[in-house]
Formats: sequence, structure tokens, C-alpha cells
Amino acid sequence: MEIQNTKSKFGQFGGQFVPETLMNALIELEREFEKAIADESFMEEYRYYLKEYVGRPNPLYFAENLTRKLGGGKIYLKREDLNHTGAHKINNVLGQVLLARRMGKKRIIAETGAGQHGVATATVCAMFDLECEVFMGVEDVERQSLNVFKMKMLGARVNPVTSGTGTLKDATNEAIRDWVANVDDTFYVIGSVVGPHPYPTIVRDFQRVIGDEVKEQILAKEGRLPDYLVACVGGGSNAMGLFYPFADDKDVKMFGVEAAGLGVDTDKHAATIAKGSIGVIHGMMTYVLQDDYGQIMPVHSISAGLDYPGIGPQHAYYHSTGRVSYVPATDTEAIEGFELLTKSEGIIPALESSHAIAYLMKLAPKTSKDDIIVVCLSGRGDKDMNTIMKYVGGESYGK
Amino acid sequence: MESRISEKFSELKKDGRKALIAYLTCGYPDMEATYSLVLEAEKAGVDIIELGIPYSDPLADGPIIQAASEKALEKGTNIDMIFDMAGKLREKTQLPLVIMTYYNAVFRYGAEKFLEGCKSSGIDGLIVPDLPYEEKGAISEIAKNNGTDLIPLVAPTSEDRISKLVSDASGFVYCVSSKGVTGKRSGFSEGLADFMESVRKHTELPLAIGFGISNADAARSVKDMCDGVIVGSAIIERIGQGAAKGDVAGEVRPFLKTLRDAL
Repeated sequence: MEIQNTKSKFGQFGGQFVPETLMNALIELEREFEKAIADESFMEEYRYYLKEYVGRPNPLYFAENLTRKLGGGKIYLKREDLNHTGAHKINNVLGQVLLARRMGKKRIIAETGAGQHGVATATVCAMFDLECEVFMGVEDVERQSLNVFKMKMLGARVNPVTSGTGTLKDATNEAIRDWVANVDDTFYVIGSVVGPHPYPTIVRDFQRVIGDEVKEQILAKEGRLPDYLVACVGGGSNAMGLFYPFADDKDVKMFGVEAAGLGVDTDKHAATIAKGSIGVIHGMMTYVLQDDYGQIMPVHSISAGLDYPGIGPQHAYYHSTGRVSYVPATDTEAIEGFELLTKSEGIIPALESSHAIAYLMKLAPKTSKDDIIVVCLSGRGDKDMNTIMKYVGGESYGK
Repeated sequence: MESRISEKFSELKKDGRKALIAYLTCGYPDMEATYSLVLEAEKAGVDIIELGIPYSDPLADGPIIQAASEKALEKGTNIDMIFDMAGKLREKTQLPLVIMTYYNAVFRYGAEKFLEGCKSSGIDGLIVPDLPYEEKGAISEIAKNNGTDLIPLVAPTSEDRISKLVSDASGFVYCVSSKGVTGKRSGFSEGLADFMESVRKHTELPLAIGFGISNADAARSVKDMCDGVIVGSAIIERIGQGAAKGDVAGEVRPFLKTLRDAL
């Protein structure tokens, strides 16, 4: 038996579980990506747009009020919410679209859940004058109508996906199907550290700017590395971006916060690590929420961006090695996190990021005053106002 | 010992005919219907049956099979029921039976247990559309050891991969007619003949063309390039129409006959 290609895997996770039609495209993508990131002129272009267009480096903000309220270590917020288009998603989209241009692709497709990845993709495509098509589950189209409107304004075509559960997982299936049919001229911009190899690596390498900046900023401010890192995890791109540069810094403890929805003991959650098992979804082997026959289960979260039954394969690997602790936060806890940050710091976080704040509320009081905690504030909450208004009004998704 | 699939292709070759391979989504509209449809299909001249395990996330399938899978899953269709049905079919027919499933179903069920289920229920082959050459090591040895043909898919984009893909294959080679998912095509590209020729250069195995063959004309247009054609979505569509009228066999039988006559 031929030796398996291990470059495509993190331990047993990752791989390329896709139709044969895509295999040569993935091989080409891997080759072109490796050439691009080794090419200083490409990286210079990427860094130019990160600075001048996205607005990086964004601040590592010392949240003094939050620190005082929670009564433990010093809390810093990595302000990805201040990026152009309002979330970390654009770091990755910019990198991938530059790669697509370099490869001569004219048509861009993307999947989106909360819509932040779709908006980022539509934005960068508008800037570079590329055709853009976004797949989005019908349920998400409804709860993220503002982002749908933005995408259309930016010139993208939004395809509502009705199959399956009508959420991110199905939008991803549909985007992969489109790519199978149009693989010659189309570049599929995946929005998280998921999918077949080389995507989890590509997205990680374009998101690591988050952790690289945090390292530099915290050394400048505190003269040492943080003790704790906290980030929310759906597919897990903001978390991977923060964690990856610290992976070898053994004293830095890392927490990925999953969406526990109505609770991990109910059937309405998206807590892949807590309740999932090893399986295959969207071309990768990872932890996945599935039944005994391998059918992917419906998921729930108040946050459309965390509503995903899988998780990036590198996260699955970090979980299996114990490098990162994955912990759940419920919808209710996320709302508490949302309110706390909004009222104490005047920063309105995305519901995704609110999950990270929810876990921070548990973690911080247990830490000592000398500890340093960095939370990735992956996005801003404008897009979630409808959901919050309904929630405050007594309505809740999935109940 | 020659597998039922190889035997069938040798037989057809002697008669100068092409194989008609019919795909059925198991449990659509229900398991009883699938069971009867296999026997009906044999009577209508179908040579090999592909039994599709309905899956929640069928990446390689178009809207027709996807919708049929959703309905079958709503009915509670699962792998054990399908093995059970295959075992019962084996008491009635020697028609080659091939399972088509996504890899997660095999992995989650347990590859050893899955292939044992294939063997004991009389399944002859396995098609896993999301298990490319690079990943198939997980099951290829087990399949070989228990005599199940692991049928590779080769795509028009495979190019320099073709020789590798067919190198240790058995049963037949599933040649994907064109890019895209399963379902109707308005026509086939001129490149199809060249593609089939390039596959032929690398293997003696029978070649079957699938994806997008929706009627007798389409089957006729590709039959000289291959040893068999696979028809899926078009049959599923007729099953759906038949189910609505309360007569699945009556709707599917004449369609299969027109395909048979074309080959």
C-alpha cells in the first residue's frame, strides 16, 4: 500500500474527502498557495491591503472596566471588530482573493452563515472587480437580512439554499457542488479553517495575523506573553488565527468556546467537541455532530456564525492532544456576555464573540490579578441587532 | 473466483451488449418499493443495480437524488435496513448489487463491520464518491480481502491521475461524464470521447459512464465509448412521479425498457 499523504493531515484529522473532479484543483491550489506565501511580493501586497484597506494592525485594548468587574487577571480585547466590514473574516478573504487573482480566476464563490464571510467576500470582489456568488442557507438569509442586503449592494449574487437544514452546513455543500461544476474558472473562497486540504492551512495562514499581532502588542504593553487566550469556535478561524502563533508557547493556556445553544444536554446546540464524534464533513475528517449511521445532525445556536456541526481539523487535533481546551457557552450565557461587554466597555460585540466573553466571565474571576487574558473579539454586533431585539422581546430562536 | 460484476460484463461482451446500470435511492419512496424495484429492474433488462444509501450531505449529488435522500431519511432508512434488504434480494436474484455511499456512513458504521455487512448480504461492489485515491487506503485492503469490488471514479479533470486511479481497481471503472454533480445534462462535451479513450489506455476493466444520462438518446450517444451506462436521477424522477400516482413500477418499467433497447 502506498504511504498516505500526511501533509494534508493534522494527526488523523483533515484530508481530502471530496469528489475526484476536485482533486487536481486542490493539488493546484496547494501548489499555488505555497508559491504565493513564499513570494515576498505577494505577501507585501497582502500586507499592504491589510494595513490600508482592512485597517490593521487593530488595537489590543486593555478592558479596564471589564477587568475590574470580573475581579481577576488583566483582560485585553483583540479588536477584530474594528476591521473593515466588521469582523476577522476579511483577513482571510483578502488573502484568498489575492491568490485567486494570481491564479487568473475570474469567478469567486463563497458560503456564509452569519453573512460576515459573505460580506467580506463581496467587498473584496467589488474592490477587485470580480464576479461573486454567495451561498447562504434560507434560515440564515432570514435572520441576517442586513448582511444579505449589503452583499447585494456590493454586487454579489446571493443564492438561498433550501436543502437540508437551510443553514451554513448546507450552504457549504452547495458551494462545493458549484465548485465541482465550475472548477476551471472558479475560485472557492472558504470562510473558516475547514474543508478539504489545503483550505484549513490556507485560512489559518491568512488569519494568523491576529495572533502574530497580539504577540507583538502584548510584549510591548506587558513585556511578556499572556497566560490565557480565549476565542469563540464555530469552524474556528478567529480562534485558530489567535492560537496558532502561540501553539509552541506551552505556558499559554488556550480556550475555544463552542456554541451550546439551549444546552449540551438538549438537542439544540452546536457543541461539536463536547457532543460530537470523529467523522467526515465538507471534505475533512474532524469532530462532527452525527448519529450512529453517520448522518449529520441539525445544529442550533443563537449565533448564525457558530451554527456549524463540524470544526476545523486543526482544532480537532489540538483537542486530541490537549493543547487547547474546548468549552461550551449557551445562548443565554452568550447574551449575558453581550450585555456585560456592551455596558461595561461601550463595545457591542457580535453574538459569536459574545460566547468568548461568556466563558471569560467564568474564567477571569478564578485568575489572579497578575494574570493576563487575551480575548479575541472576532466581530461587532451590528448584524445581530434583529436577533437581540427579538431576544430581549422574549423570543428565542429554536425554542 | 470472478466477481458477479466481472462475470456480468464478460457475459455482456460475448453478446455484444452494453451494461445498463440503474441507481436507486434506498428507501425512496420506502424500502418495500426499493426491494420490488430491484426485481422489476432485472425483469426490464437492467444488468447491475446501484443501491444508494441516503445521506444527509450528498456532496456529489444533484437536487433530484438529494431530495429523494431527504425523503428516505425521513422514513428512517438506515444501513442495517439496506443490508437486510440486500440479503433478502439475494435469495431471489443473482443480479450484481453495488452500494453507493458517502464515506462518513462507512467510517461511522465501522469500515470492517460495513464490509462484513456487504459480504454477508451479497453486495458485490462499493462506490464511495468522496473517497479519492489519496484517502481510500482506509478501506481498500478490507474490501480486497472480503472480495468486494471497490469501484473508482474517474473524472474528466483527472488527467495525469487516471493511471493511478485505475491501477488497483476491480469490478468496473465509473467514468464521470462531465464536471458537476449527478443529474440531467443537455448534452455531453466533445471531450467525452477523448476522455474515455484516455481511460481505456490505462485499463482493461469495463468502463461505465455515469452522471447526466437522462434518456435513451443520451444512452445511445455514449454507448460506443464504453461498456456500460449508469442512470440515476432520471430513474429517481420517475419513481417520484410513480409514487405520486400510486404505481411506481408502472412508471419506471417502460423507461428502463427504452434504455435497455438503446443499449
